[in-house]
Amino acid sequence: MNAPDAWIQFALYIGALLLITKPLGLYLVRILDADGKTWFDPVVRPVEQLTYRLCGIDPKREQSWVGYAFSLLAFSLVGMGFTYFILRYQDCLPLNPQGLPGLSPHLAFNTAASFTTNTNWQSYAGESTMSYFSQMVALTIHNFTSAAVGIGVAAALVRGISRHTAKTIGNFWADTVRVTYYLLAPICVVFALFLVSQGIIQNFKPYTTAKTLEPYTIQVARIDDVGKPVMVDQVVDTQTIVQGPMASQIAIKMLGTNGGGYVNANAAHPFENPTPLSNFFQMLSIFAIPSALTYYLGRMVKNQRHGWAVWGAMFTLFVVGVLVCWKAEAAGNPIHQQLGVAVTDGNMEGKEVRFGIFNSALFATVTTDASCGAVNAMHDSFTPLGGLVPLFNMETGEVIFGGVGSGLYGMLIFVVLAVFIAGLMVGRTPEYLGKKIETYDMKLVMLVLMLPAATILGFTAWASISTWGQAGLNNAGPHGFSEILYAFSSAVGNNGSAFAGLTANPADGNPHWNIALGLAMLIGRFLMIIPILALAGTLAGKKLIPPSAGTFQTEGVTFVVLLIGTVLLVGALTFLPALALGPIIEHFLMSSGSLF
Amino acid sequence: MSTKVVSLLDREILTKAIRDAFTKLDPRAQLKNPVMFVTLLGALLTFEQLVTSKEPFGYVLQLALWLLFTVVFANFAEAVAEGRGKAQARALRSSRKQLVAKRRRKDGALESVDALQLRKGDVVFVATGELIPSDGEVIEGVASVDESAITGESAPVIREAGGDRSAVTGGTRVLSDQLTIRVTADPGEGFLDHMISLVEGARRQKTPNEIALTILLSALTFIFLLVIIALKPFGVYANVLFSVTTLIALLVCLIPTTIGGLLSAIGIAGMDRLLQRNVLAMSGRAVEAAGDIDVLLLDKTGTITLGNRMAAEFVPAPGVSPDELAAAAQLSSLADETPEGRSIVVLAKEKFNLRGRELTGTHNFVPFTAQTRMSGLDIDNRQIRKGAAESVKAWVIAQGGVYPPAVSESVDKISRQGGTPLVVAENRRVLGVVYLKDVVKGGIKERFAQLRTMGIRTVMITGDNPLTAAAIAAEAGVDDFLAQATPEMKLARIREEQAKGHLVAMTGDGTNDAPALAQADVGVAMNSGTQAAKEAGNMVDLDSNPTKLIEIVEIGKQLLITRGALTTFSIANDVAKYFAIIPAMLVGAFPAIAPLNVMHLASPQSAILSAVIFNALIIIALIPLALRGVAYRPIGAAAMLRRNLFIYGLGGIIVPFIGIKAVDLLLNAIHLI
Repeated sequence: MNAPDAWIQFALYIGALLLITKPLGLYLVRILDADGKTWFDPVVRPVEQLTYRLCGIDPKREQSWVGYAFSLLAFSLVGMGFTYFILRYQDCLPLNPQGLPGLSPHLAFNTAASFTTNTNWQSYAGESTMSYFSQMVALTIHNFTSAAVGIGVAAALVRGISRHTAKTIGNFWADTVRVTYYLLAPICVVFALFLVSQGIIQNFKPYTTAKTLEPYTIQVARIDDVGKPVMVDQVVDTQTIVQGPMASQIAIKMLGTNGGGYVNANAAHPFENPTPLSNFFQMLSIFAIPSALTYYLGRMVKNQRHGWAVWGAMFTLFVVGVLVCWKAEAAGNPIHQQLGVAVTDGNMEGKEVRFGIFNSALFATVTTDASCGAVNAMHDSFTPLGGLVPLFNMETGEVIFGGVGSGLYGMLIFVVLAVFIAGLMVGRTPEYLGKKIETYDMKLVMLVLMLPAATILGFTAWASISTWGQAGLNNAGPHGFSEILYAFSSAVGNNGSAFAGLTANPADGNPHWNIALGLAMLIGRFLMIIPILALAGTLAGKKLIPPSAGTFQTEGVTFVVLLIGTVLLVGALTFLPALALGPIIEHFLMSSGSLF
Repeated sequence: MSTKVVSLLDREILTKAIRDAFTKLDPRAQLKNPVMFVTLLGALLTFEQLVTSKEPFGYVLQLALWLLFTVVFANFAEAVAEGRGKAQARALRSSRKQLVAKRRRKDGALESVDALQLRKGDVVFVATGELIPSDGEVIEGVASVDESAITGESAPVIREAGGDRSAVTGGTRVLSDQLTIRVTADPGEGFLDHMISLVEGARRQKTPNEIALTILLSALTFIFLLVIIALKPFGVYANVLFSVTTLIALLVCLIPTTIGGLLSAIGIAGMDRLLQRNVLAMSGRAVEAAGDIDVLLLDKTGTITLGNRMAAEFVPAPGVSPDELAAAAQLSSLADETPEGRSIVVLAKEKFNLRGRELTGTHNFVPFTAQTRMSGLDIDNRQIRKGAAESVKAWVIAQGGVYPPAVSESVDKISRQGGTPLVVAENRRVLGVVYLKDVVKGGIKERFAQLRTMGIRTVMITGDNPLTAAAIAAEAGVDDFLAQATPEMKLARIREEQAKGHLVAMTGDGTNDAPALAQADVGVAMNSGTQAAKEAGNMVDLDSNPTKLIEIVEIGKQLLITRGALTTFSIANDVAKYFAIIPAMLVGAFPAIAPLNVMHLASPQSAILSAVIFNALIIIALIPLALRGVAYRPIGAAAMLRRNLFIYGLGGIIVPFIGIKAVDLLLNAIHLI
C-alpha cells in the first residue's frame, strides 16, 4: 500500500466521481420530470413522442404505486419471455456466424432472469454460447431497460418522499423511455466511441483463427483403441480470437451497472478492457449514475445536505472497503511468501498485470458496491479477506452506491430504518423528511430487509448440503462454502459477479444451480421492488410535518455515522455467522498454513 | 399526594412483582411479545436438552435457567412498572372507598346507597362536611370544596352550578354549604379507573409507535431465527456439529431481548410519571402524541402572567411631583381590596417610602361601580379619584378642570406598551397616571426559550386587544399570540396549525373550550373545569395547573427517547455477543480461529454461558432506566441525537464486551463452569 501511484489513482477516481455527481444529478432532475427540458430535446423529443404514440402511452398521466408496479412487472415479464425465446432458438436466428446452438431451457431461464433483473449473472461463457444477435438484442436490450427500470423505481420512491398528500408516484412508461433515450443512450454512444479509441472491437466478423508465434504442447485425455483412457500430447499452433460488437455492449454494461461481459473473462479480457484509461472510465461509469442519484434525491426533497449525507455514508463504506481489500491483496498470501514466491508483489494470482493489485482491488470493490458484477480480476483468487470485501459489499444489500436506482432505493430503506430506530432518541415519534414513519411503513421496510436475508441464507443452506450444490464447487472447505454464499449473495443482490470457481451450468445438464440462481435473482429484484413502490405510495400520501429545532436531522456527520452503523449492524450482522464459516475461517486457516 | 413518588425499591411492590414475574410466564401472555415468546421457547427447548444433550448437565442446566430468567426478568420489569402505577392510582382511589351517597329518589326524597351503586344520571345531595360520592356535575348550589385528596392543593376551591366550575370529583369533601350533583360516570368508568387500566400490562393497548417498534423487533427476531436455522446445514457442510443448546443461546443473544423485555415497562412507566404529576391520561396514544407536539396554545392569564395586573410605575402630570401622585394614588387605594389596588399601596411604599397612613378626619370611601368606573376617597375637602382615563377626564372636566395633553400622551403610551393606565385626579386637578401591567411569571421566558430549542412554538391566547397582547407576548417571549380570542378562534387556530402539519396541545377548562380540546392533539382539561371540557380532552390535570402542559410534553418525549435509546442499545449489543459466541462455536473444529476470541474468554462453554447471563442481567440492570426514563434535556434535536447515539449506540457496542468478560471471570473464579 506504499505505492504513491496507486494513491494518486485513488484520489483521481474520487475527484472525478465528485466532479460528475452534481451535473449528472441536475440532469437527472430534468430527465425524471416528464416536462423536463434537456439539450437533446430537438433530436430526441420527436423520437420520444413517436414512441409514446406507437405504444399508446400518455406520459402526463401519473400512476398510483399499484399501477406503477403492475406496469413494471408486465414490462419485465414480457421482456424476460422475449429474451428466453431468442436464446432458446438463436440457431434459427440471424447473425450467428459461429453456428452456435440454442440454449438449454434452464440456462435460457437463468440468463433471461439474470438480464431482466439487471444482475447479469452468467452461467455461460459468452464467446462460446451467444450469437451476435443474442448478445445485441436479447441481452443488450435488458442492459438498457433493466437499468432504466431501476432508475425509475428510485425516482418513484424519491417522488413519494418529496410529495405529500399525493396519490401518484410517476409514470412507469415515461420514466423508462426518458431514462433510456435521454440518459443511457446518449452517454453510451460517446462512451462506446471512447472505448473503441482505446482498442475495444466492434464488428460482426466471424471469429479469427490465428497462427501462434510459438507452438506449444499440451496433454489431453483421450480414449485409446482398446477403450482405455489415456493422456496424449497435442501440439497447439493456432488460436481462435473472439470477434463481435463489443464496445457498444461494454458501454451500457458499465453505465447501467449490468456487468454481463461479452466474453467469459469479462473486463479482464484485453478486448473488453484494454488500457488503464479504459479501466478508469469503466470504473467511473459504474458509480456515475448511482452517485448522481443521491444528488437527485437532495434536489428533489429540497435538502441537498441530506443528499450529500447519503452520498457520504456510501462513500465512507466504499473507501473502507477499498482499503481493506487493497491491504489484504497487497499483503498477499503468507504461504507463498514462506515458499519464496512473489515475496514483494502481493497476491497476483488471478489478476491482470496491466491492472496490478490496486486497480484490481478497486475494481472488485466498485463492482460489488454497485450491483455491477463486471470483473477485471478473478475474485475467487483473492485472499480470504480480500474476497470477504466483495462478498460483504453484496450482503449489505448493494447499497454502497449500489446498482443504478436499486442502490438508492436500497439505501433509502436503511435511511428509513435508521430514522425509525434512532429518531425516537430525539423525543419524537420517528419522521423522515417530514413524514411520520408508522406501522405500515415499518412492515414494508422489514419485508425488504427480511426477503434478501431469507433468500440468501435459505438457498445457501440448501446448496451447501445437497449433492447438486456441492457438485458445482471447484474448491473444498471454507473456500467452497464462500463460492456458494457468494453466488447467492450475488444473485439476490442482483450483482452478477461470481467467485468463478463455481460451475453453475454443469456439463451433465443438472439444472439446479441455474434454476435456484434464477429464482434468487427474481426474488432479489421484484419482491424487493413491490414493497419499495408500496412505501413510495404510502409516503406520497402522508401529510408533511414542517421541520423545527426538535426535528430529527437527516444530514450532517451524526446522521452519516448513524446510517453507516445501521447498514453494518442490521444489514451485515445477519451474515456474520455465514461469513465466519467462509472467508473468516479461511483467513485464520491460511495464517496457520492451510489453503483450499 | 401531589408530591408522592413511589420509591423504586418499595418492598411491597417488589414482592408482588417477583410473584407476578413467574405467573406472567404463561405462554398465552407471552404471545403478545414475539421476542420474549421466542426466548421462552428457547428456554423450554434447552430444558429438554437436559435429557438428550451430550454436554455437561450442569452447563445445560445453567443455560436453561438463565434463558428462563431472561423471560422472568422481562416479566419482572413489567410487573414493577405495573405495581408502581397501581400503587399510584390506588392512593388516588382509596379516598373513594366505602362512600355513602344520598341519592334523590323520583319522589324527591333522599335515600342512602353505597357509592358503588350510583349510575350515570343519578342525582345526589352532599351536605357540609360530607365526601362527594362520585364524579359529577353540580346542578344546584355553591360550595367550597376541599380537593386536596386529589390535587394536594390545600386551599379549598369553589364549585357551583352552571359556568366553568361545575365539575366535582369523587372523593373530595364539601367544606361549606351544600351541593346537588348529577353523577356523570358509572363507578368503574371514572378517570381513575380508566387510568388504572392503562397501567395494567395485560389490559393495556399498545400505542401506534409501540406497534411499529414491535414489528421491527419481530422482524429482527425472524431474521436471526433464519440465521440460526441456516447455521445447522452450514455446520453440516463444514463438518462442525453445532449443538442445539449453542444455537439457542446464540439466537437468544442476537434477538433484541433487552428492548423486547423492557418495552412494555417503558410504556407503563410513562403513564406512571404522568400520574406522579397528577395528570390522568385517557390513552397511551395521547402520551406519545405529547412528545410530538410542536405548537402549544397557552392561555395568558394564569399560565404566562400572574392572575392580576400590578402597579409598576407612577407617571406624574406636568407640574406634579411623583411623591404627590404616589401619595394620592395610595390614599385612593387604601380601601381598595382588589389586587390592583393593593399593588398601588405597595408600590408607593416601596418607591417613595409612603406608609399606609391611618386616616384622620372625616373621610368617605367611594367604591368602584360599573357606571362611574372610578373609585376613590373623599377626605376633608379633598376628592381623590382613580379610574379609567375617559371616566376621570369626564369627571375633571365636569368640575371645570383641565385635562392636560401630556396625560393623554402617557395614557396612550402605557396602552401601547400593553399596560392598563389608571388616571388619578384630585378635585379639578389631574395628578398623573398609574401604570398597571400584567406581570409575567418569573422564569417563564426561559421556559419558552427552552421550548424553542425543543422545536416547540408557543402561542399565547388572550382576550386583550392586539396592542396589549403584542406587548405581553414580547415580554414573555412567546412566539405568537392570538388576541381578543374567542373559543371559535381557538378552534380555528388549532385547525389551521394542524393543516400545516403541526401537532397542537392546549389546556382548557370551560365548556366552550370543549371543541378546541377535542380538536387538539393533546387537550389537557383542568380538573376544576366542566365535565364537558374533561370529556373533550384526552388528559386531565388534577392540579388544574396550565403550566403542566410543558411537563406533559417532556414526559412524552422522555418516553420516546427511552424507547429509542434501549432499542439502539439492544441492537448494538449484538456485536460483542457475536465476538463471544462465534469463536466459541468454531474453535473446536477450527482451532486456528482462536485469535477471534478477542475477550479471551476462558472456554467455549463459559463464553456462551457468559453471553447468555449478560443478556439476562442487562435487563435487570436497565429496569431503573426504563422506569425513570432517559433524562430529557432541552438542547435541540441535533445535540440530543449526538449525545444519545454516543451513550446508547457506542455504549451499546462497548458495554457488553466488558460485561461478558466480567461474567466470564466470575463464572470461572467460582468454578461454575
